[in-house]
Amino acid sequence: MSVTFDLETASLRELNRALHAANDGDAFVVKNVRGAHAVAAGITADVTVEVDGSVGYYAAGMHQRGTVRIDGNASTGLAENIMSGAVHITGNATMSAAASGHGGLVVIGGNSGARCGISMKGVDIVVGGNVGHMSAFMAQAGNLIVLGDAAADLGDSIYEADIFVRGTVESLGSDCVEKELRPEHVETVTQLLAAAALDANVADFSRYGSARQLYNFHVDDIDAEIAAAKNGAST
Amino acid sequence: MCGIVGLFLKTEKYRPELGRLTKVMLHEMRDRGPDSAGFAIYDGGTDGLTRITVLAEGQRPDWGPTRDALSTALGDEVKVRPIEDHAVFETSGDGRIARQWIIDNVPNVDVLSYGEQIELYKSVGDPDLVASRYDLASFSGTHAIAHTRMATESAVTTNGSHPFVTGADTCLVHNGSLSNHNGLRARLEQQGESFQTENDTEVAAGYLSWRLREGDTIDAALQQALVDLDGFYTFAIGIRDGFAILRDPIACKPAVVAETDDWVAMSSEYRAIAQLPDVQHATVSEPEPARIYTWSLAA
Repeated sequence: MSVTFDLETASLRELNRALHAANDGDAFVVKNVRGAHAVAAGITADVTVEVDGSVGYYAAGMHQRGTVRIDGNASTGLAENIMSGAVHITGNATMSAAASGHGGLVVIGGNSGARCGISMKGVDIVVGGNVGHMSAFMAQAGNLIVLGDAAADLGDSIYEADIFVRGTVESLGSDCVEKELRPEHVETVTQLLAAAALDANVADFSRYGSARQLYNFHVDDIDAEIAAAKNGAST
Repeated sequence: MCGIVGLFLKTEKYRPELGRLTKVMLHEMRDRGPDSAGFAIYDGGTDGLTRITVLAEGQRPDWGPTRDALSTALGDEVKVRPIEDHAVFETSGDGRIARQWIIDNVPNVDVLSYGEQIELYKSVGDPDLVASRYDLASFSGTHAIAHTRMATESAVTTNGSHPFVTGADTCLVHNGSLSNHNGLRARLEQQGESFQTENDTEVAAGYLSWRLREGDTIDAALQQALVDLDGFYTFAIGIRDGFAILRDPIACKPAVVAETDDWVAMSSEYRAIAQLPDVQHATVSEPEPARIYTWSLAA
């Protein structure tokens, strides 16, 4: 049996307090969210939350263990800093979805805006549509799977993490390169597509990752640095 | 921060309620800009008459002498309608001349807007109080642009509040901050633009005003703005028969657009749009960076 929160009558704080006090196995339904911020943020128990409608900023932020399903769109910072568990949305997410995520799974049925997976640290992200510019910026660990296209500067300054794109990539960011799709990557993508309940031919994906050229300062570059300094340019 | 609201009514259905719906949206953006607010309403016009909205901040002057002197200067009948510390002059004379005459001859008065369609109100203070003071809910019309301000680049003053006028029936609101506004202001002053504040958004408005005066279409002017304006911005621009949106290429400042058969709505956040009738049937999307969006009654 599930508990229903109607945000027309209940406050957001009442909802989130109930979620923070919940036990493993509890189930919740949330109605009339109307773009409210921080819906279902800070969950730590293995609960199930069904959100009916579009949410505002930081929905399911700092998420752990449970599952949040949102039938609608999400604004900035969906599942930001997710640690574990799963967050699914049927529609589009705007900027910085799954930012800094350490673990767990984030599934976006539609498109994701700019900087999807920025500074991701282990989260798996599956996007049914396209991702905006600078997605996986400074990514450190985890997987970003994009069934559609990626906008400019994909994977800019990426440390590690794997990016898989089925469609076109407008441009790769600094130090991000295309890499071989090996059997272990096929397995990863297959598993994550199944977990996301999305259907695609794994062979259609290209893999991108770090060229690892930005890890250290290269002493060989010192001459160029000095020359630039003499010319008054900043590097 | 700052909050932006734009509502464009494609059909007659909600036009009598334009002000009420805009007020509801503005209320939702209150947290994003609690220090000032403003709104521009486009009401379809009254048979080619030009209206000039002016502000005498915190005062209730007797506008009669100004009206009579303006009438003499224009050689045309002028009516005036005071609303709190604002007033709307109405004339069949030349709007540009009327605007300049007021700037040159009436001390301590700011001209907020001029055109055949637009009226513009703004003030410091809680956005809900600003909306009530100028009775936003009572307006009908085709489209509206509104703004809640959290000041960053210049002081909290009424003339630093948005919207800013960029020409006849054209205005601009901004979420973000421009980093090259001082240099650009000097350049625009050489081109004959005049500025009343230290505000960065006024420079963006002056920039568009200059481009439009040079003969650019709104599309061409915004395309060039992408080259010449440096900084963060989501702009909503009210034009005579519609509105336009532009976000900078980095797109840090939010924007969301929703459209139904009857309306197009734009806001900084979805929660403003979530209040509109029939929103459950709207298509909702995020405007892409560095792309110009326009909606027009003529289309």
